Amino acid sequence: MEHIELFFKSIFIDNMVFATFLGMCSYLAVSKKVSTAVGLGAAVIFVLAITVPLNWLLDQYLLQPGALKWLGAEYADYDLSFLSFIMFIATIATMVQLVEIVVEKFSPSLYNSLGIFLPLIAVNCAILGGSLFMQSREIPTLGLATTYGVGSGIGWFLAILAIAAIREKIRYSNVPPALRGLGITFIITGLMAIGFMSFGGMLTGGDEEEAPKEVKTVKVEKSKEDLEKDKVVANNIKVNE
Amino acid sequence: MSLKNKLHNFKVKNKDKKWLPAFSALHTFLFLPNETTHGGTHIKVADDLKRTMNTVIMAMIPCLIFGMFNAGYQHHLALGEIQAVTSGFFSPEFWTLSNFMVGFWKILPLVIVSYGVGLGIEFIFAIIKGHEVEEGYLVTGMLVPLIVPVDIPLWMLAVAVIFGVVIGKEVFGGTGMNILNPALTIRAFLFFAYPTWMSGDKVWIHGAVERDQLIASGQNLDAISGETILGGLAQGKEIAYSLWDMFLGFIPGSVGETSTLLIILGGLFLIFTKIGSWRIMLSSVIGAIVMGLIFNQVTASGWITESSKFYGLMSAPFWEHLVIGGFAFGTVFMATDPVTASQTNKGKWIYGFLIGFVSIMIRVFNPAYPEGVMLAILLMNVFAPTIDHYVVQGNVKKRMKRLKAKVA
Repeated sequence: MEHIELFFKSIFIDNMVFATFLGMCSYLAVSKKVSTAVGLGAAVIFVLAITVPLNWLLDQYLLQPGALKWLGAEYADYDLSFLSFIMFIATIATMVQLVEIVVEKFSPSLYNSLGIFLPLIAVNCAILGGSLFMQSREIPTLGLATTYGVGSGIGWFLAILAIAAIREKIRYSNVPPALRGLGITFIITGLMAIGFMSFGGMLTGGDEEEAPKEVKTVKVEKSKEDLEKDKVVANNIKVNE
Repeated sequence: MSLKNKLHNFKVKNKDKKWLPAFSALHTFLFLPNETTHGGTHIKVADDLKRTMNTVIMAMIPCLIFGMFNAGYQHHLALGEIQAVTSGFFSPEFWTLSNFMVGFWKILPLVIVSYGVGLGIEFIFAIIKGHEVEEGYLVTGMLVPLIVPVDIPLWMLAVAVIFGVVIGKEVFGGTGMNILNPALTIRAFLFFAYPTWMSGDKVWIHGAVERDQLIASGQNLDAISGETILGGLAQGKEIAYSLWDMFLGFIPGSVGETSTLLIILGGLFLIFTKIGSWRIMLSSVIGAIVMGLIFNQVTASGWITESSKFYGLMSAPFWEHLVIGGFAFGTVFMATDPVTASQTNKGKWIYGFLIGFVSIMIRVFNPAYPEGVMLAILLMNVFAPTIDHYVVQGNVKKRMKRLKAKVA
């Protein structure tokens, strides 16, 4: 049930494109044709499904405050979370390269059809966003992290698929010259986001605004306590927030 | 020389003037243009865009008139001045002149603002772009007053109409090019920009908000209120209306959406004139029934108990979902919009089914938005081109296969 809920949530409610507007560059650039959009969307699902659980492992056993406990008691105080950006992006870049090599070796046809998109994904902020959301939302288990990665990927896939179909449809529309190309695409994205707002507040039942506030106050208290202990830790938490 | 010829000569004389599209829009509204077509092959049909639009408006007129009576009826009923209807559709308590006048003076301004602002923008755009004024706004302008609460401030309506027509339609190149239904874009804009005026228990009955202000300023009056049935159900209240009342439409709600009976009549008229797609209407009803049955099964088998906040709406029998709220209105008049719906026949089935399915789902799971139909249709508008694309691709593949089989 938890998995289904998170899956649904990450596809529709927290849709990467329409709720957080992440991954816009490739979303806007590669959505002229449905077939290419499908290729890129599939690649995003694939990479998110791999990198989010990987980064979850990194976060659990390397980066979180106290994550290094498994090395020995003296490492329990370490907090490497200020490294998360660089670690996550390194993981993503490496994974994309690895995936690229593997795909090229075993399935040249898929490799050709994905073309430039696969390396492009390394710099797609939706991918990094997926990992960072995974960290900040404190997803508890590896399985849920995988679900979250796949779900976010599918959400992004649906978004780019829909906009590609719309852009194919409006290709012959008499759009005002100043808006042709990217301008109208931005407007379409905004209108599509209105459609996707139908899911906003679902499951949480509209008390979404209240829930995060509680979490935040808890966090602030924590950081105050930590401030007394260790200034560095507090600073890091602030940076993360 | 007859008036018709005079008008035609006037048009020929001013051929190069910028404002000519505005003139000829008014001209052709009443007269057939005096020109003959030249060059090329032509198909002669009786129903042009203007007539199509007028047919839809005709289908909506009963809802509008009923809405006027209902606005007055709800107002008087909330004040305790009249009794509730007792004897079916033709109850004398309902069809009174005083009911009608209250509603008429409330709703006529809505219609005027909607048409005035919307058509004004259409005229401006036609003059700037130098094309004929397009008739697309005729239906939208009639839909808009029917899907807003009676007491909505007119300036809000005007702002929303400007947004809906400019951003929702004109930037895409005008009528026939938009991706989202303009009327629903307008309503969604109102819904998200001014939520206090689009939901709650004060806005659905004329006079309720005004009264609250008077009471706040110290006058000794009884507050009146009335919420839509969906709003009540989402909060776990019992329905205070009989199924028959809900079907006939003696309930609070947006202006034209309350009477399922008249909407069905309008829908039959649209199907009969072949303007609305019966595929979409039928399949969205099926979609809603399927989702409603699923929810009923879930509550019947005890998975969701009364403690759940979803219980009220989930346990409502599936046929009730069809008559309460804007489901019927959305299905008949909005989902069937030929521009934003799926264009292929198979696509229409999928599109309609998902509208019914998703709208009941939003109703139940999303207490923040008790009316799911609007957003479900907007969402499916977004996905309609995708559905079409895959239906067409599927057909291409099928034919290729057939061709191959034939060649081999």
